[in-house]
Amino acid sequence: MSILIDEKTPIVVQGITGDKGTFHTREMIGYGSNVVGGVTPGKGGTIHLGLPVFDTMKEAVKATGATASITFVAPAFAADAIMEAADAGIRLVCSITDGIPAQDMIRVKRYLMRYPKERRTMLVGPNCAGIISPRKAMLGIMPGHIYIRGPVGVVSRSGTLGYEAASQMKAVGIGISTSVGIGGDPINGSSFLDHLALFERDDETEAVLMIGEIGGPQEAQAAAWIRNNMSKPVVGFVAGLTAPKGRRMGHAGAIISAAGDSAAEKTEIMRSYGLEVAPSPAEFGSAIMRVLTQKKTHLIPA
Amino acid sequence: MDVHEYQAKELLANFGVTIPRGAVAFSPDQAVYAATELGGWHWAVKAQIHAGGRGKAGGIKICRTYHEVHGAARALLGKRLVTAQTGPEGKPVQRIYVEVADPYERELYLGYVLDRKVERVRVIASRHGGMDIEEIAKTDPEAILQVIVEPAVGMQAFQARELAFQLGLNIKQVARAVATIMGAYRAFRDCDATMLEINPLVLTKDDRIVALDAKMSFDDNAMFRRHNVADLQDPSQQDPREAQAAEHNLNYIGLEGEIGCIVNGAGLAMATMDMIKHAGGSPANFLDVGGGASPDRVATAFRLVLSDRNVRAILVNIFAGINRCDWVAQGIVQACREISINVPLVVRLAGTNVEAGRGIIAESDIPIISADSLADAAQKAVAACRDANELTATTT
Repeated sequence: MSILIDEKTPIVVQGITGDKGTFHTREMIGYGSNVVGGVTPGKGGTIHLGLPVFDTMKEAVKATGATASITFVAPAFAADAIMEAADAGIRLVCSITDGIPAQDMIRVKRYLMRYPKERRTMLVGPNCAGIISPRKAMLGIMPGHIYIRGPVGVVSRSGTLGYEAASQMKAVGIGISTSVGIGGDPINGSSFLDHLALFERDDETEAVLMIGEIGGPQEAQAAAWIRNNMSKPVVGFVAGLTAPKGRRMGHAGAIISAAGDSAAEKTEIMRSYGLEVAPSPAEFGSAIMRVLTQKKTHLIPA
Repeated sequence: MDVHEYQAKELLANFGVTIPRGAVAFSPDQAVYAATELGGWHWAVKAQIHAGGRGKAGGIKICRTYHEVHGAARALLGKRLVTAQTGPEGKPVQRIYVEVADPYERELYLGYVLDRKVERVRVIASRHGGMDIEEIAKTDPEAILQVIVEPAVGMQAFQARELAFQLGLNIKQVARAVATIMGAYRAFRDCDATMLEINPLVLTKDDRIVALDAKMSFDDNAMFRRHNVADLQDPSQQDPREAQAAEHNLNYIGLEGEIGCIVNGAGLAMATMDMIKHAGGSPANFLDVGGGASPDRVATAFRLVLSDRNVRAILVNIFAGINRCDWVAQGIVQACREISINVPLVVRLAGTNVEAGRGIIAESDIPIISADSLADAAQKAVAACRDANELTATTT
């Protein structure tokens, strides 16, 4: 198993005919993802990359039975695209777009709440690298070849720091069940907690690496949840120890503006809830190795 | 993005918030002219900078004569004002705002913020105006009133009324306070603000509610649809290097350290800075060159980093996803040929086409120190920086 996606998940690409949409659709298909079609308003009825293109998400879902979508849509139209996907019944939307206005995201999140829990759409992102279940499927823009399949779930705000973790783990021979990028925006779709809950239930995942950064309450909320609900070991890390207060560090959400926002505070909170914290961003691989080994020794009956 | 007090007030006035009569001035003579035009008996001469704490730092002067207005304007204009929020270098005062200073009865606090925890707009009010909200939270937390705005319908009048009654206003004042609270909410919403603070909001003898000070910050991501706000940008209030970086769509933030950083991805850039610290060095900047690091972008990044005189070594850390290491390597080599880089350069490449990228670096005649991991790169950069410092120490 893995979480969110596997090789069967039928995917529609929103904005498939654009440059970025075209490039990454090709990459996703090459990786083995089950891409079944695309949507670009005004290009319905055409074929792109051998796939049918539709004008609306409703038509795309009706014709293909897609359950997941990925949006390569300009910031001004991205919120609309996410809501359209939710309304068409898509269960998992991954939004790559960087630069969506925060007030648009407030509306999106409110809109998603109108559906009952059992058919509510999960949004991953925006401003993220997407999702990959190694050797199964990729719903994102990451370099697929740096991931090997294995027992560790990864959930990260930053895309490139997720790559860094994957390559460190690959170097010591540890693979990944699923890696999820939740994105660097101040108001985003799913949180660390949502994915930790999925990893906890996933048979293939034995341990989780959670990579946060400065700004916002999600790392602390996740740490509290882990203490009370998670049986699998979690290694945490928070980037931005050297970040100055009040400055936006690239990501719209990476800013220390309230108590508890700094990397030092979040790291302390993680430790206080019993999480193993990687001492530096160069030690993701070794920290994961440590918890996996501990777990194994622990499992051997005395 | 931030704006000046007078600009925030003009925006608020468009939404029905009452503001004192005032005018902006760029010279002492203009300030006096503004005071004569505005009328009244007392004027506040206020330094316009993108930072709070002006009152305590001497950036706001109450004047009783035109002569005093002239003097206050002359004392402020052209200076750098250092407040608790500016940092030691302060912010340049290039504009002042002259405002009629009428007496008032009470000071209140009114604020709006995009709350990340509840993912909605939070409205905050307090009867303790003129104090920092953090200070009120410490000294009298009970006096902080809050309502959360339901995004599907927006703020409702009853919510504003509840706040107004809790502030202890009489019915006549409540009606005006509701208009102010609702107006400011619409300004916040329709300008895509992320923060709006009216502190103090004052109550006059004749029951008027007036925004005596105003501070607004806006969502950079929404400026494409808020041209009236985007046009208010004042480059003089930005760090010149950061302004230059923004022109090239690069994300740069200057720091105090010695190792210049050029990295792709915000998270990896922060982690690289952290790693430098971990290895015993100090980062000179945050710089995210983004996904498509073309030779031009890389060259611009080098220029930016080198314009900081404290830089003793440069660390380039690229994890190519969409990008390809060979392209980035070509960019680095080209940039090194175009601009003279007189400090040690450590390069770490990883990801797509990494072998080809390392080959290009190795074949070039440029003295680049190659690193193969994040830890290795940070250690090499810190060592190179230490060597450079020792060399300077022995030669001088």
